[in-house]
Amino acid sequence: MEPISADEWIAISLSLKVGVWSVIVSLPFGVFFAWLLARRDFLGKSLLNGVIHLPLVLPPVVVGYALLVLLGRKGLIGEPLYEWFGLSVAFKWEGAAIASAVMGFPLMVRAIRLSLDTVDRGLEDAARTLGASRLAVFATITLPLIMPGILTGIILSFARSLGEFGATITFVSNIPGETRTLPIALYNFTQIPGGDLQAFRLAVISVVLALAALLISEILTRRVQARLGQ
Amino acid sequence: MIEIAAQDRLGDFTLDVRLSVPDAGVTALFGPSGSGKTSLLNMIGGLRSPASGRIVIGESVLFDSDRRIDVPPEKRRIGYIFQEGRLFPHLTVQRNLVYGLRRTPNSERYVEPDQVIALLGIEALLDRRPARLSGGEKQRVAIGRALLSSPQILLMDEPLAALDAARKAEILPFIERLHGEITIPIVYVSHAMDEVLRIADTVAVFREGRVEAVGPVEELASRLDLTGQAGFGEAGTVLAAHVVEHDEAHAVTALDTPAGRIMVGRLDAPVGAKTRLRLRARDIALALEAPRQASFLNVLEGTVATLEQRDTGAVDVAVEIVPGVRIWAEVTQLAVERLALSERKPVHVLIKSVAVERYVR
Repeated sequence: MEPISADEWIAISLSLKVGVWSVIVSLPFGVFFAWLLARRDFLGKSLLNGVIHLPLVLPPVVVGYALLVLLGRKGLIGEPLYEWFGLSVAFKWEGAAIASAVMGFPLMVRAIRLSLDTVDRGLEDAARTLGASRLAVFATITLPLIMPGILTGIILSFARSLGEFGATITFVSNIPGETRTLPIALYNFTQIPGGDLQAFRLAVISVVLALAALLISEILTRRVQARLGQ
Repeated sequence: MIEIAAQDRLGDFTLDVRLSVPDAGVTALFGPSGSGKTSLLNMIGGLRSPASGRIVIGESVLFDSDRRIDVPPEKRRIGYIFQEGRLFPHLTVQRNLVYGLRRTPNSERYVEPDQVIALLGIEALLDRRPARLSGGEKQRVAIGRALLSSPQILLMDEPLAALDAARKAEILPFIERLHGEITIPIVYVSHAMDEVLRIADTVAVFREGRVEAVGPVEELASRLDLTGQAGFGEAGTVLAAHVVEHDEAHAVTALDTPAGRIMVGRLDAPVGAKTRLRLRARDIALALEAPRQASFLNVLEGTVATLEQRDTGAVDVAVEIVPGVRIWAEVTQLAVERLALSERKPVHVLIKSVAVERYVR
């Protein structure tokens, strides 16, 4: 018996691809919204905060359904996007990445915002008196100082993506090689007679992947913190 | 000149400052905490905008509410040294030092890293991160970092307050040397008069958001009406002085002051060194004739200028030694009667050498 079968590889690599892309796409937004919530006061801030955190408390199926309504071929945004540009994420791995990104977003924003709150604003003031513009201060002082929070945000959101099931299957269904990620493949095997062993193997793979992600984050966080002199 | 007019409110604290001081030398903003010194420093630095007012340093208008000018801090060319240093924890000392330098156009630079590093004695620290520096080392690096951005003015917010006495003694000479080598104005916030006496030329006394008095350090430090201020020190006279000679055999030093020559205990400063002497009013004795057999090494002749009775019954006597130079003596009412002291009466001022407080500059 092969250590990992070709079908398993497909599910694993798809899951990793979806996870990586969901993090890449959501990271800039995550940093921006975390900064907005941590540093700015504006009308509707509480509402925005609530909307960002919704995926944390809603049933994932609801999020998947909302994405379908918005981004599906017949969706509010999805339809014009398809008509004018021929673009569609429905039933594609890109759609799975978007579902993952949305589900992991509150975790990412929370982690980055928490670390923004710990940054000594006095350091940013000091940098400005030394001739750095607001943007330069953000790039050279704030961003490096919140790196531990960003790393935590990345890992949490990536791990959330590896475990994403409800929103994904609702939004982009269960298509082998395209949207059948690890958890969906696992679910699939539990639904077919004699799929127990495969389901078990996928469960073990999931655990190993999640552990590896946590371990990598731990090592990276330690390195970053050493660099920050903490 | 540095011209400042600033009004602002924060909660029930009102700041209303009008200040005009020379744009050379060290100006101390002196006063208790919460009197508005740091707020004003932040306004000069652009980290806080007053509700209304005008801030001008030499030719450059940094803030003018009428003309809607509010130059952002990064364009003000100020060097701000904070109480806590505020070194960037993720950068080495070297990279902290050049943070401002890299953002200063070549044409505006007037110091080089080597020069500043040598001045502050931080060669050995360059590869370290701030977390591995002592308080005094951090403050030296912070000073170097500010200097290397070639500022047109240095703002220092109690740079020594967070340090213990030994570290203070380590840093003060650097600030003084700085003053000697780099001729940019320094605005120095302090609540300790001994710091002011050591480094400042001009002092502005703050009280509850206002400037109560401003002028040369000797003049203000000799004003009795300000002595109620916390940290101001006891009533007395402050004289500018410089070292004339040392008498090693007797461990005394002679200094020239506007009031004449004064001998003090051996001073650890070279001949010619600028110092300030503080004569506490209660350490000064008056006599109608020069005592022939007494331990007073300093006997100055003068005439009584004013007599003021305090609430406590003691009398503050101002003795004019030469026109414009007065020394305060605090004596009892009984002494005033026995000597029949009155205005314009000639007296001798007796100063114990060991009672003179010295501040080497």
